Amino acid sequence: MHIAVVLKQVPDLVEELEIDSAGTDIDRSFLKMKLNEFDDHALEQAVLLKESAGAQVTALALDSDGVDQVLHSAVARGADKAIKVAAGDGPFASRQAAPALAAAIRSLNVDLVLTGVQAADDVFGQTAPFLAAELGWPHVSVVSGVEPAGSAVRVRQEYSGGRMAVLEVDTPAVVGVQAAPQSPRYVPISRLRQVMAGGPPESVTATAGAAPAGTMVVALAKPEQAGGAEMISGSTDQVAERILALLSERGLLRG
Amino acid sequence: MGKVLVYVETTGDTVAPVTFELLAAARALGGEVEALVAAPDPGLVAAQLGGADTILTMAHPALAPYLPEAHVAALAEAIKSRNPDTVLVGSTSTGIDVAAGAAAASGRPLVAYCLGLEPDGGAVVARSQVYGGKLVATTRTEGPAIFAVLPGAFKDAAGRAGGKGQRALLEPPAALGALHTRFVSASEPEPGIDITRAERLVSVGRGIGGPENLELAEELAQALGAEIAASRPVVDSGWLPRQRQVGKSGMTVKPKLYFAVGISGAPEHLEGMRDAELIIAVNSDAAAPIFEVAQYGTTCDLFDLLPALSERLKAATG
Ligand SMILES: Cc1cc2nc3c(=O)[nH]c(=O)nc-3n(C[C@H](O)[C@H](O)[C@H](O)COP(=O)(O)OP(=O)(O)OC[C@H]3O[C@@H](n4cnc5c(N)ncnc54)[C@H](O)[C@@H]3O)c2cc1C
Ligand SMILES: Nc1ncnc2c1ncn2[C@@H]1O[C@H](COP(=O)(O)O)[C@@H](O)[C@H]1O
Repeated sequence: MHIAVVLKQVPDLVEELEIDSAGTDIDRSFLKMKLNEFDDHALEQAVLLKESAGAQVTALALDSDGVDQVLHSAVARGADKAIKVAAGDGPFASRQAAPALAAAIRSLNVDLVLTGVQAADDVFGQTAPFLAAELGWPHVSVVSGVEPAGSAVRVRQEYSGGRMAVLEVDTPAVVGVQAAPQSPRYVPISRLRQVMAGGPPESVTATAGAAPAGTMVVALAKPEQAGGAEMISGSTDQVAERILALLSERGLLRG
Repeated sequence: MGKVLVYVETTGDTVAPVTFELLAAARALGGEVEALVAAPDPGLVAAQLGGADTILTMAHPALAPYLPEAHVAALAEAIKSRNPDTVLVGSTSTGIDVAAGAAAASGRPLVAYCLGLEPDGGAVVARSQVYGGKLVATTRTEGPAIFAVLPGAFKDAAGRAGGKGQRALLEPPAALGALHTRFVSASEPEPGIDITRAERLVSVGRGIGGPENLELAEELAQALGAEIAASRPVVDSGWLPRQRQVGKSGMTVKPKLYFAVGISGAPEHLEGMRDAELIIAVNSDAAAPIFEVAQYGTTCDLFDLLPALSERLKAATG
């Protein structure tokens, strides 16, 4: 089985996000980026399949600042190969990214594409279903486990209330990964150095799709209710005292 | 606003709560409200849809149990034959498959994670939760489009009744006879602790750092007479069992007290707990979205606060 894993960096949400002067995007000048958490799980899932079923894993990412590092890390974690897809200056919405990714994937002869289920920075939808439509392949998202099953894969799809189903999807297929069966492993630093010494990842060019027609972001802002909570300040002891008083007033102490 | 089509999500023969919220949202947009029921035997579901003007039923055995491919094909077919101006789908697990899949198949734009929708002339202005709930994007959409609406964004009452109750049959698309996806098995949450019944919950997020620190939360829970709950990453890491997960793919809880520790408050988490009576949140990041739904919050380090609070509670309750 040949698996392509699609990787993307997103702003680290623990950091403060500033809005740009136009008021329609985040200010990208001092942004700390990290690998999308769900992509991290998609990569882990791919490497687990490689270990259990002998798959070949290719990591793919659209070219952007810092992408070499992301791809090198993927190889250090177990991907066999990394490919940078140069599609011009982004950032691209998932729907624009899909045709470029699909072109690269078609030339690779893969059986399975894994992406993260969603990315926090894209309001116009999720990549996995758009990519599946481009490729004309079946698709399942919100998946937390993939196993080989002959010319298909078995995936575990999650629903609300803790319900789940196992579905079988003929390959080639596209799967949006929510979580791998185990936590993503760390990048071994010595291995990373070795990979980096091999030079930048292979690059291919592809054409991104047009921006979604008929819709646009007219404003990006902090939520109106921001600071809805009354913030309790002071020393740890003062805060604890205040919380105790709040719980006691409302009859919420045990007993 | 012409015509609004709502994709009806179900669990078995029961209409999912988000569907009534979508019907209410559709009503508020104005115009005719149509609802698509795609099921082997749509009758029982259709009977629950008093909020729709026209209930479109599409019957085919491949439409249950749920398969993404089948439901994308069904919704795409309904869009083609009914040509609605606006399509509303729940931003749920199944909604991720269905909304984007139908957008691609119909060539329409998709606006996801919607918290609010308003008509503006012929356009729809939507507010969407992005960046883990830290920011809200406002979009303006002209022409036919699909919107994925977050559960809890609209009140369901206006979507439960008041429709004209007309019916129309839709032909299932041929694609349903040649699917590449098959259902294998389903599972319910494992029996055991039911956190939806607990009056008080101490809920732990990734901020707890590791399983070795859970005892801090357990001590607090014991002092409060509370059960332990968790965000998804804590469960995915195997630190706590799946039955204790709160949120979109976990449980929806409404306890008297929800004490959130080291939880950022991503939309998928808030979905499962925003209706708790009292929410107190501990998070060192003052901009964490959990503080938007909490009544009280503190940026105290949880590793300092939890022991101090447990000690006081123990002293107070003996
Ligand atoms: C389809 C789908 C379904 C999902 N379903 C769910 C679901 O059911 N439930 C769920 O929870 N998530 C769900 N998620 C995941 C969700 O998007 C978030 O990734 C998740 O909720 C984040 O969990 P967290 O808040 O524990 O972690 P983080 O977002 O990493 O937050 C940790 C927080 O801890 C704080 N912190 C760190 N150290 C300290 C300290 N010492 N003291 C105080 N605070 C500290 C940090 O400031 C941070 O805000 C789902 C996602 C998708 C795409
Ligand atoms: N511009 C992009 N470049 C590479 N991968 C992407 C891109 N957009 C989306 N993806 C992939 O799709 C996942 C979900 O993102 P999204 O669909 O934008 O919510 C990402 O985490 C990546 O796996």
